[in-house]
Amino acid sequence: MAANQKVLDRVIIKFAGDSGDGMQLTGTQFTNTAAMLGNDLSTFPDFPAEIRAPQGTIPGVSGYQLHFGSVNIFTPGDECDVLVAMNAAALKANLRHLRKGGTIIANSDGFDPKNLRLAAYADGINPITDGSLENFRLITIDVTKMTRAALTESGMGIKEIDRAKNMFVLGFLYWMYNRELNYTENFLNEKFGKKPDVLEANLKVLKAGYNFGETSETIADRYIVNPAPMATGTYRNIMGNQATALGLIAASQKCGLDLFLGSYPITPATDILHDLAKYKHFGVTTYQAEDEIAAICSVIGAAFGGKLAVTTSSGPGIALKGEAMGLGMMLELPMIIINVQRGGPSTGLPTKTEQSDLFQAMYGRNGEAPIPVICATSPADCFAAVYESCRIAIEFMTPVIFLSDGYIANGSEPWRYPQAADLKEFKGNFITEVPEGGFLPYKRDEKLSRPWAIPGVKGLEHRIGGLEKAHETGNISYDPENHEFMVRMREAKVNKIADYIPLQTLDNGAEKGKILVLGWGSTHGAIKAAVKEAREKGIDVSHAQIRHLNPFPKNLGEILYNFDTILIPEMNTGQLCSIIRDKFMVPAIGLNKIKGMPFSTTEIFAKIEELAKK
Amino acid sequence: MSATTTSAEDKKFTSKELVTDQEVRWCPGCGDYSILKQVQTVVPDLGIPREDIVFISGIGCSSRFPYYMETYGMHSIHGRAAAIVSGLKCVRPELSIWMVSGDGDSLSIGGNHFIHLLRRNFDINLLLFNNEIYGLTKGQYSPTSLEGKVTKSTPMGSIDHPFNPIALALGANGTFVARSMDRDPVHLKEMLKRSHGHKGTSFLEIYQNCNVFNDGAFEIFTDKGTKKSETIIIEQDKPLIFGHNADKGIKLEGFKPVIVDLNVNDNSANDLWIHDEKDLTKAGILSRFFDRPEDGQDHMPRPFGVFYSVDRSCYEDGLKAQIESAKSQKKADLDSILKGRETWVIG
Repeated sequence: MAANQKVLDRVIIKFAGDSGDGMQLTGTQFTNTAAMLGNDLSTFPDFPAEIRAPQGTIPGVSGYQLHFGSVNIFTPGDECDVLVAMNAAALKANLRHLRKGGTIIANSDGFDPKNLRLAAYADGINPITDGSLENFRLITIDVTKMTRAALTESGMGIKEIDRAKNMFVLGFLYWMYNRELNYTENFLNEKFGKKPDVLEANLKVLKAGYNFGETSETIADRYIVNPAPMATGTYRNIMGNQATALGLIAASQKCGLDLFLGSYPITPATDILHDLAKYKHFGVTTYQAEDEIAAICSVIGAAFGGKLAVTTSSGPGIALKGEAMGLGMMLELPMIIINVQRGGPSTGLPTKTEQSDLFQAMYGRNGEAPIPVICATSPADCFAAVYESCRIAIEFMTPVIFLSDGYIANGSEPWRYPQAADLKEFKGNFITEVPEGGFLPYKRDEKLSRPWAIPGVKGLEHRIGGLEKAHETGNISYDPENHEFMVRMREAKVNKIADYIPLQTLDNGAEKGKILVLGWGSTHGAIKAAVKEAREKGIDVSHAQIRHLNPFPKNLGEILYNFDTILIPEMNTGQLCSIIRDKFMVPAIGLNKIKGMPFSTTEIFAKIEELAKK
Repeated sequence: MSATTTSAEDKKFTSKELVTDQEVRWCPGCGDYSILKQVQTVVPDLGIPREDIVFISGIGCSSRFPYYMETYGMHSIHGRAAAIVSGLKCVRPELSIWMVSGDGDSLSIGGNHFIHLLRRNFDINLLLFNNEIYGLTKGQYSPTSLEGKVTKSTPMGSIDHPFNPIALALGANGTFVARSMDRDPVHLKEMLKRSHGHKGTSFLEIYQNCNVFNDGAFEIFTDKGTKKSETIIIEQDKPLIFGHNADKGIKLEGFKPVIVDLNVNDNSANDLWIHDEKDLTKAGILSRFFDRPEDGQDHMPRPFGVFYSVDRSCYEDGLKAQIESAKSQKKADLDSILKGRETWVIG
């Protein structure tokens, strides 16, 4: 019986299994295949903090959510349509995220008594046989058995054979969604080219999974998800941390300064270090320092030496860098401090996402130590946002904090990548000879920026330090009037940046109206989707997403005053909300989620609907 | 630091030209004045253009040093100078970088960076002014203060066991480990030159008297009456001889150092321990000459000079080699990495 073909406009699949089951790889393969077919998409991996949590248990479940469609996709999706559960724990951990009527593809071998016990199901209870899943469409496949059967003649050991079972599931899903195998076949060829046995086994199992769909009559329907109406151009898929690394390299090329990264490994920022370490041919130096403090201090040294200097970290590491960030600000040297935020406080939730370091970025230093803050709104946007951070650091001779978070760092989306020639160049305020009247290290230009005098230039020998310095000369000064003057000068310098950044624009909706949803950072997709839906239902709501958090765009106040209600969804207890109330005296309302999980579109939509009814 | 060769024109500057317009604000009588003077005397003779010299410090009395040197300089934050010089040396290996630090700065708050700097062997000079006290915060015990030391924070005497900086530096795989003192300008100048001449991290511990909070801490090593019996100057290929009339020697019985009286006929200078800077085992034994006369039998004089000096590759050289190798193998094509491995076209 040939399966019926049904057209869907979007699908959300959650791949879930034990952390050793290869679910991240399976998800990535399906994602890239979808991207090649022209679907719009958004992904969100969700993995345990432990590298190998006890096998078969709920803490050991690793997941990967993919939302793809023939329509524009803004988030990895709320409830999923399809849940792939490689074992009982994966089902138990994810069932609440599956919509009623959704499909479960369960590997029956993962529901044996041992796995059921490890997933803490009561004795004698097996969800895939006891009828408790009757509200869902349950497809049970003994993936382990089928994989072993496909490879009986391979001569491989059972352990090795079982490692290929994710390919069976992938093959089956490719059949279900009418996808070609060639992307994954090419990938496997490249990955296992030197191990012909393993390559052949994986290819065989992938095809076996596909053929199983074709011949087994397990399900009656196959699905077609057509390409999405995206802006014309050439796309690639990209994750946030990758985009951050590329943005830094691009900035380095476009300001003509070698890139120096001083970093200490920390989740979820480490991949930026891994990525940049591969680009030594671009003159990139990656220096894995002995600790977070050494990392930023090496950056101060490299900035003093005249390079584009960057440190990458997450909340706990940024806390350690606080004193040195103050020094960087006091020295007025350019550097970029990247915080890929994670759940806090303290060690918190290392692999989960949160936006709770905004106050830390704005205020987390001793003394009056203003530092510009910029955030990224999506995985691909990390490129433009970090590029902008570099520009501001170099042009204004200041540290800049770039905020990303675990959600966009590890999430991915299609990116209409730029051409190198289209990226705007910028340059450092270098001084190469003694000016008439003598050299003053802290003499300011129209941007209130000081000259960058690097060692090696004759006649510009000078000393800088963390002690308060006299206006223009930079000599140590304890003069009370000078101190107040300099504190206000450094503040004015950061505020001055507002003259050199774009005005705030609205993402959607009218410039004046009832409700404005104001977001920052990674909430962009969920807000965008929710506001779109609300507007389609006739609700008077607009959306603005802030990139420049310090200083704010000059017209932000004007925009805020045009709305009756301002709703600020944040993955924290209301940090931007406090800042907005403080700076603009508007009665902003917070929508706060502190679960280590991004907002769903539904959550934001419900709040908009509630406010609209008032 | 290794010598940088430049044309004679470039290196012409005098000690006076190393003096800044800033008033030196150490306490009158502080040992730091002598160290500053010796550094300002030695540096013009090293053949480095002044603009290629950088002094970087942390926090503490010693760390005011860069303000008084008319070179490039940075007075940073407590304990972190080692990390800052590391970053600077990574990107500007051609510079002559001098780090100035104290016992609190490098061995307490900055202890971590100190050991990693030595391990990585960046080609810089580290001058550690050891006064066995916290001076800038007005007199608390430091990680080199002796047990029992009565200070403002230890009114009943310190119960902390002190660090042995030379042994610590050797343990951290330092490639150049030396000791000198503020009150021996000739020796100090010689050690500064040796530090500069070594390619790799040159660790020079300088005993420095804090005449306000810890006056006389090193008096037995500097006072005319005791200096010759309590110190021993170690020099390459020379026997270990000390004493008022150069009449005492040290020989090794296995790994045990023994003091012998050269006035006794049986003892000959030929049997003595001959100093070898390349011998890590012997440097380790010498570093343990760390006791005081009151500690009793087997008391050893305190060694001054170069304990250990060997060549090992410097971090920045490895870094440069990797970048050059990567550049020779792959073209830096921004468009190609923006594009990535796989793309698709819409429209």
